[in-house]
Amino acid sequence: MKFTPEHAALRQTWKTLIDREINPHVDEWEKSGQFPAHELFKKMGSAGLLGVDKPVQFGGSGLDFSYAMVCSESLGWVNGGSVPMATGVQISMATPALARYGSDELRQEFLAPSISGDFVACLGVSETGAGSDVASIKTTARRVGGDWIINGGKMWTTNGAQADWMCLLANTGDGQVHKNKSLIVVPMKTKGIEIVKKLNKLGMRASDTVQTFFDEVKVPVRYTIGQPGQGFTYQMQQFQEERLWAGAGTLMGCDRIINATIDYTRERKVFGKPLLDNQVIHFRLAELKSEVEALRSLVYRACEDYLAGKDVTMLASMAKLKAGRLRREVSDACLQYWGGAGYLWDSPVARAYRDGRLGSIGGGADEVMLQIIAKLQGNMPRLGNR
Amino acid sequence: MQFTQEHDEIRRTLRAIIERDINPHVDQWEEDGIFPAHEVFKKLGSAGLLGINKPAEYGGMGLDYSYAMVMAEELGHITCGSVPMAIGVQTDMATPALARYGSDELRREFLAPSIAGDFVACLGVSEVGAGSDVASLKTTARRVGGDYVVNGGKMWTTNGTQADWMCLLANTGDGPVHKNKSLICLPMKTKGVQVVKKLDKLGMRSSDTAQIFFDEVKVPVRNLIGQEGMGFVYQMQQFQEERLWGAISAVVGMERLIAETADYTRERKVFGRPLLDNQIIHFKLAELSTEIELVRSLCYRACEEYLDGQDVTMLASMAKLKAGRMVRLVTDGCLQYWGGAGYLWESPTARAFRDSRLASIGGGADEVMLQIISKLMGTLPRPEKH
Repeated sequence: MKFTPEHAALRQTWKTLIDREINPHVDEWEKSGQFPAHELFKKMGSAGLLGVDKPVQFGGSGLDFSYAMVCSESLGWVNGGSVPMATGVQISMATPALARYGSDELRQEFLAPSISGDFVACLGVSETGAGSDVASIKTTARRVGGDWIINGGKMWTTNGAQADWMCLLANTGDGQVHKNKSLIVVPMKTKGIEIVKKLNKLGMRASDTVQTFFDEVKVPVRYTIGQPGQGFTYQMQQFQEERLWAGAGTLMGCDRIINATIDYTRERKVFGKPLLDNQVIHFRLAELKSEVEALRSLVYRACEDYLAGKDVTMLASMAKLKAGRLRREVSDACLQYWGGAGYLWDSPVARAYRDGRLGSIGGGADEVMLQIIAKLQGNMPRLGNR
Repeated sequence: MQFTQEHDEIRRTLRAIIERDINPHVDQWEEDGIFPAHEVFKKLGSAGLLGINKPAEYGGMGLDYSYAMVMAEELGHITCGSVPMAIGVQTDMATPALARYGSDELRREFLAPSIAGDFVACLGVSEVGAGSDVASLKTTARRVGGDYVVNGGKMWTTNGTQADWMCLLANTGDGPVHKNKSLICLPMKTKGVQVVKKLDKLGMRSSDTAQIFFDEVKVPVRNLIGQEGMGFVYQMQQFQEERLWGAISAVVGMERLIAETADYTRERKVFGRPLLDNQIIHFKLAELSTEIELVRSLCYRACEEYLDGQDVTMLASMAKLKAGRMVRLVTDGCLQYWGGAGYLWESPTARAFRDSRLASIGGGADEVMLQIISKLMGTLPRPEKH
């Protein structure tokens, strides 16, 4: 993967914005349990950061996916997991299918303002009874005249309390579970949508995660993204980018914690010498750094193959899996060397520890990645064997 | 890193030789405790495979390092670790410095026949008292008229009992340990060279590893590679390629082992169903495959940056470290699922298990890699504190 000066400029733009507009406020947002998505996304949108790989026609920069990947990697500079996650939903989870398959009219109405930062988007896939197992969602959209009537509910919706619209996956037919779903744009102010509660989470404290109910919610059929019945397929494609995003998004956060731990242990004297001088510590940090560089290499390679038109489901799933594993390993190992200071709620390493734990659950759990990899290897049990 | 047809062509040529001239004999060679290096190298040399990235002037192909890396990767199809290691010594450990810094005359005398497969090369760096800690080696070459007179001994010398010449690192002066060493081409038939014994090893059974003594061995000064006193520096550069070689050459063998384990456990029925249908097994194989792809990605990225002229000491050391860790995980993990069958001496898992254990020791131990990485991270203790 060869990076260009444009990639470097993009990284710099992100870093400047993060240093000025994000990092000084994260502590406060963590305390209040929410960050101001509209205000912040507008700043990102104005800097051209929310649509790097989206069509120029709708305000994007029309660049390839490697630039989106750089966005994800750059967001690791934020000193908490919530804002990067929320931004990732906006850029790489709720909007790729709309950008690729939505009608011009629909893209004008929802994609353009999401790229400019006027709209906040959320993704409605998971439900109380269907998370990683997407095919078994229960929310329905039945057609009545020119409208969809939606009933059901979504769970674990990031940005849910602030979003202007949801990229909703719902059953629009009774057929096979992989062919009866559609992606539909649902404006969150529509009558019948009830945000039941903002969920109280172990980490990702500055991110608003909600549970939502739909009671006879009416949305015009023209809000369907692409073809009805193709929702599952679109969502699976959208997942590929989401997983690469997650892989890339893990890198700099891990670098940051490792570097902070180096700084801390260099200053901290124990038995008359810097803690870092203990071989077990600097070797452990070298080992972790090696794992981070290995993941970085895998992510870059998957991105390059993706741009070359190859199917990267295997590599993207491996990257997501490793990212989940690694975040836990890095934050746990580093926290140890901070001792009591690392155990304080407000310490950067404690935040990384609680925020990082979601990496192995969200966007397809580690076990789902393992299942995908095992399936592509031809190692899953045949149905008859169960 | 996107590969070309020429890369594929090298893979195909090597595969054909492996399947025809190597794999059918490996069991016998393992039993004999040695493989016929001259015979095998001549076949590889005739196909042009021993000088892929060596100058065309001396019979090489003059291609860039990515082609050599592809060869190293493909060597993993050999069903043992010994033969790939011996080939690696010939192509990537004993000859890079000679190819880069040797005089025309010297390259004609030693490099050309090594590329043709007429000469077998070995590398004389490690000693009884200096392995990973290269700077402390004790072998001396003192200048007497037009000759070096070599005294001392080398240890762990792969190809040592069959080699025609050794790329010897010796102290040629009394200065600082990083500036008093030279690389010298030493013909193994010279008077005073004594191969003391072939070492009996845990694994790598078909590789001849020797201990060698030098007693007043006379070598002409013109056999010096490059400049006197630059030996340490040349060797450090040579190590960079050796480390990448060590990492990438581990990848395919491990994939093979995982595929064989999937096949074996698919056939093997336990409690009325294929062993592989146990989630813990197919998930574990997926996880191990992920680790393999991480090593491969790291190697590809390091190769790409190496070609780009960047210093890849850090990435090459990380790749070597991670490969050493990974092969132990993979061989141990797979052996488990073969049960008693995997514990048999001649089973592929048992061979991989014992052969791969060397990866964390040879070519710079894991701990040396950690030290290099720590040094480059700036986390090693400063000397004055000790």
